[in-house]
Amino acid sequence: MTLISVDSVAFGYSRKEPVLHDVSFTVKKGVNLGLVGESGSGKSTILKLLLGLERPSSGVIRFEGQPMNLNDREFMRRYRRAVQAVFQDPYSSLDPRQKVEAIIAEPLRALKIPGDHRAAIEQALADVGLPVDAISRYPHEFSGGQRQRIALARAIVARPQLVLADEAVSALDLSTRIRIVDLLKDLSKAITILLVSHDLGVVAALCEEIIILEKGRIVEAGRTEDILARPQHPYTRKLLASVPRMPA
Amino acid sequence: MSLLRIENLTIRTGGQALVKDMSLVIEPGARVGLIGESGSGKSLTALAAIGLLPPGLKPEGSILLDGVQVIGAPEEKLKALRGRTAAFVFQEPLTALDPLMKIGRQVAEPIARRHRRDGRSAGRQEIVAEVRHYLERVALPDIDRIMNAYPFQISGGQRQRVAIAMALACRPKLLIADEPTTALDVTTQAEILELLSTLVREEGMALLFISHDLPVVAKVAEEVTVLRRGQVVEQGPVRSVFGSPQHEYTKMLVDAAAAFDRALGAQQ
Repeated sequence: MTLISVDSVAFGYSRKEPVLHDVSFTVKKGVNLGLVGESGSGKSTILKLLLGLERPSSGVIRFEGQPMNLNDREFMRRYRRAVQAVFQDPYSSLDPRQKVEAIIAEPLRALKIPGDHRAAIEQALADVGLPVDAISRYPHEFSGGQRQRIALARAIVARPQLVLADEAVSALDLSTRIRIVDLLKDLSKAITILLVSHDLGVVAALCEEIIILEKGRIVEAGRTEDILARPQHPYTRKLLASVPRMPA
Repeated sequence: MSLLRIENLTIRTGGQALVKDMSLVIEPGARVGLIGESGSGKSLTALAAIGLLPPGLKPEGSILLDGVQVIGAPEEKLKALRGRTAAFVFQEPLTALDPLMKIGRQVAEPIARRHRRDGRSAGRQEIVAEVRHYLERVALPDIDRIMNAYPFQISGGQRQRVAIAMALACRPKLLIADEPTTALDVTTQAEILELLSTLVREEGMALLFISHDLPVVAKVAEEVTVLRRGQVVEQGPVRSVFGSPQHEYTKMLVDAAAAFDRALGAQQ
């Protein structure tokens, strides 16, 4: 089932220099998707469009078949409930003056979701492997990996269908990174993940499908396994050859 | 004589030891990797080696750099060591370079300094020729344009090449590179690693390469030291440390790196 379809989307801050050219892809329910590219590839711009922070210059983004309309508050509330986000730096993405309970409760409050918030927060903490007593502590009391777990708990507390993860493990140490990737893998049994990353290894470990971006264009897209085994585009080949590997 | 001999280095701030009883030896021409996660003390160790620890951090033990005791040495003595004996390449070339100075003038500084140090004054023509030489050494294209450009006008990879050129221009015996590719794109990283390996070999310099990234270290280093919370957990040739790690912590790091490696499939 298609969750989001991006249809011939272009974007530019000025008319002269477009940063995205004619980008089309779909996000399918239950299929983790990796958007891979280097600086200037347009991967963050795609994320901004999907978050509703920018509008495409041309083309359409659809959510469950309905065109995304930033002016339609009812639609956007439904969209934000279904699509949540996790960012790269868990030091700047959590409000240092709020307790973990208030941080995780934010989407429930903002989206006016009825029900027992405390129970939902406790469940989200359990899902990300944090103890329930974390609820009354502040972000500074946690390590980088634990903070990223808090950010993940906030993203899943409203039970979204899709989590947009922007370089969500790139700032973490290797030993922490592998645990958070395992956690994301575990969470993706119930929630689809769109991971934006420059790190092919992380995308390969987590995403069934992959899109390779270069200078605002999709150069290759498909099943991760196929593309890693048989890259067709010269840029994909160069990217793969550039990843340093462990000695045999 | 070893180029760098660190023995029982402890670095304290207040009552806390950030580096504990650390030892590391670099022979002339050796390529050594220093691996650790955040807070492991890898950057502090490198800064201590050239006497650049921030005030408030007290080193104890012994650091012999080219036979000179760094700990407790007066600033004048340390200045003579920096550049001549060891030069540094930092992670973020945008902050390492002066934003208000054109590239040509920045690279000329260490060259002019070296000439003064050697007790001879070089003319402008001679220095400009040397600037061109070092910018060519780091394979920068379009050297006339780059010499006249400010750091913000060139790409991140080009900036790191300039930083490397400045370090080379000192003609050091030891090049210390602290996460020199972490801020770069992966294709740029591959180019810079290749460049560093070639230059170090051709110029006969020793290399201390600091990184959190195991496969990156494997690309450039022959020996490796693994640090955890300020303490050495394992030391040895890259092949044996990565191939059959002895310490639990090293095993965990190697397994994690290998897991991402496996996910990528066989190398093309």
